[in-house]
Amino acid sequence: MKVLALDTSNQPMSVALLVDQKVIAKKTTATQLDHSVQLMPTITELMADQQWQPEDLDRLVVAQGPGSYTGLRIAVTTAKTLAATLHIQLVGVSSLAVLAGSVQTEGTFVSPIFDARNTQLYAGLYQIKNGQPVLVIADQHTNIPDWTAQLNAAGHPVTLIGELTRYHDALADALNVPATFTEGDANLPDAGVLGKLGMPLKAIDDIDSFVPQYLRLSPAEAQWAAAHPGEDHKNYVEEV
Amino acid sequence: MPKLGKVRAQKEKTVTESRELILAFETSCDETSVAVVENGEHILSNFVATQIKSHQRFGGVVPEVASRHHIEEITIGIRKALTEADVTPEELTAVAVTYGPGLVGSLLIGVTAAKTFAFAHHLPLVPVNHMAGHIYAARYVEPLTFPSLGLLVSGGHTQIVLMKAAGEFEIIGDTRDDAAGEAFDKVGRVLGIPYPAGKEIDRLAHEGHDTFNFPRAMIHEANYDFSFSGLKSAFINTVHNADQRGEQLDRADLAASFQASVVDVLVTKVLSALERYQVKQLVLAGGVAANHGLRDALKVKMARFAPQTKLVAAPLALCGDNAAMIGAAAHIAYAKGDRADMSLNADPSLEFPWLTGVEA
Ligand SMILES: Nc1ncnc2c1ncn2[C@@H]1O[C@H](COP(=O)(O)OP(=O)(O)OP(=O)(O)O)[C@@H](O)[C@H]1O
Ligand SMILES: [Mg+2]
Repeated sequence: MKVLALDTSNQPMSVALLVDQKVIAKKTTATQLDHSVQLMPTITELMADQQWQPEDLDRLVVAQGPGSYTGLRIAVTTAKTLAATLHIQLVGVSSLAVLAGSVQTEGTFVSPIFDARNTQLYAGLYQIKNGQPVLVIADQHTNIPDWTAQLNAAGHPVTLIGELTRYHDALADALNVPATFTEGDANLPDAGVLGKLGMPLKAIDDIDSFVPQYLRLSPAEAQWAAAHPGEDHKNYVEEV
Repeated sequence: MPKLGKVRAQKEKTVTESRELILAFETSCDETSVAVVENGEHILSNFVATQIKSHQRFGGVVPEVASRHHIEEITIGIRKALTEADVTPEELTAVAVTYGPGLVGSLLIGVTAAKTFAFAHHLPLVPVNHMAGHIYAARYVEPLTFPSLGLLVSGGHTQIVLMKAAGEFEIIGDTRDDAAGEAFDKVGRVLGIPYPAGKEIDRLAHEGHDTFNFPRAMIHEANYDFSFSGLKSAFINTVHNADQRGEQLDRADLAASFQASVVDVLVTKVLSALERYQVKQLVLAGGVAANHGLRDALKVKMARFAPQTKLVAAPLALCGDNAAMIGAAAHIAYAKGDRADMSLNADPSLEFPWLTGVEA
């Protein structure tokens, strides 16, 4: 099975080609580059090197969120368009699970964390079982006091992973379970890991309604929802 | 720059080989649109999903909300456009997409989908300026002939554009502040008309009379520029002052007076441009080109003062944002050899160049 895996959920970008469980090509960039400019050229380059044609692909695996809204939409739009037009299988994987999945040590509790600006975070808690990250506390939009309280309550020694320089001290101060901060490159998403995580998942049936897992309403929608409790949110878009 | 060509040589079909079929994408603001256009002149399909109802909740377009709707609609649009046109990807000649101007998050959905589709089917990609698209909506009335002038009036633009040849656009006049459509929408808010207010003001205006004599800014200045913020303020002040006196002004007269001012300025400036530039056609395009007052006034005044120039107004149904107009503009761009590679990005502030020597 030929698989293309894509992650543009945050500043780094990672693209991988896999044949079944084996990564055969991969590119990850760490610096802030424009995903719109980078993603398609990276895909075409990696595929050309392997002499793969778009129609050779069997499955697309995309990091579905949470993350930067615009970033998520680049890879998700690419994935859903390719899948829909070439009738290729599509699966989405949590962007946080991708980070957690790069931790190897069996039994480790891993909390992947993304900076959601201001004092906000996206975070989840996973445990590595049989080499796979298994969800312990669901991915969520949260903040430092709230998330550290949940990790403290869970009571496990935890490995934190993600580009957390800005939050390092605040997290370290608030945690009273033993915490290990992941160093350097290991904090980057790895589309090879993403591809492997997506391999056993069931393909999406309804590609049209496949959208990022933002885990958060836009500010305008949040205000609207607060002011109009119980209101139907369907049928806002009409074909004319 | 990385090139698509590495994967496999793109199909560059010649027009004689088969009919030219362009799949066009338009997502610059709050419409997700995908169309199939044949030879730049026949619309085989024109899927348009409008988000107006959603943004009406907020009194105007909210960019993040717009982007989220676009990603929900995009593959539906591609499928429905191809199905309705009864065209397979293999039959297509090229993919075209609006890459600016507009909202960056909205543009990115169309740009990303168009690049991906072109890659998937080994098709050339044609980048299109949204405003060129608006102008080429008029192509569905009759072929454009050159030189011509365009009056572009929309939610974000008020420009007079000189076209010396097909696919060449040079600005000779622009708004200094609000766009015409923006003024309609802001004034509409004061009258309690939901966004976008242009159509309803147009309807009201026909029931009223120009009794308020609002200012006609810059109308006699020796340039082709516009200003609508003074008109907007005059309108708002008139309504507020009446409110404070507990007086109810006639809404139809207010609408008629506002519209008369906008139309007067637009028509006067166009006539003066038509005097300076002897052109074959005056193309009226953009969302505000749907305005009946403007269409009628241009027709009457041009027949009298510029009979040598033909008025070509974009079809009413194609004045707002749609991908069919992008397909028509792409037909010209494709013939000129305009191509984008896989690194194409959205350019939210894309603009035509100014005609040399004219800029303010
Ligand atoms: N009959 C009408 N009279 C006046 N204005 C109208 C009419 N119908 C629509 N409009 C106005 O047209 C505008 C929308 O036009 P359009 O969709 O072309 O703008 P846009 O795409 O948002 O901006 P741009 O094309 O400049 O990027 C709105 O401001 C709307 O009020
Ligand atoms: Mg427009």
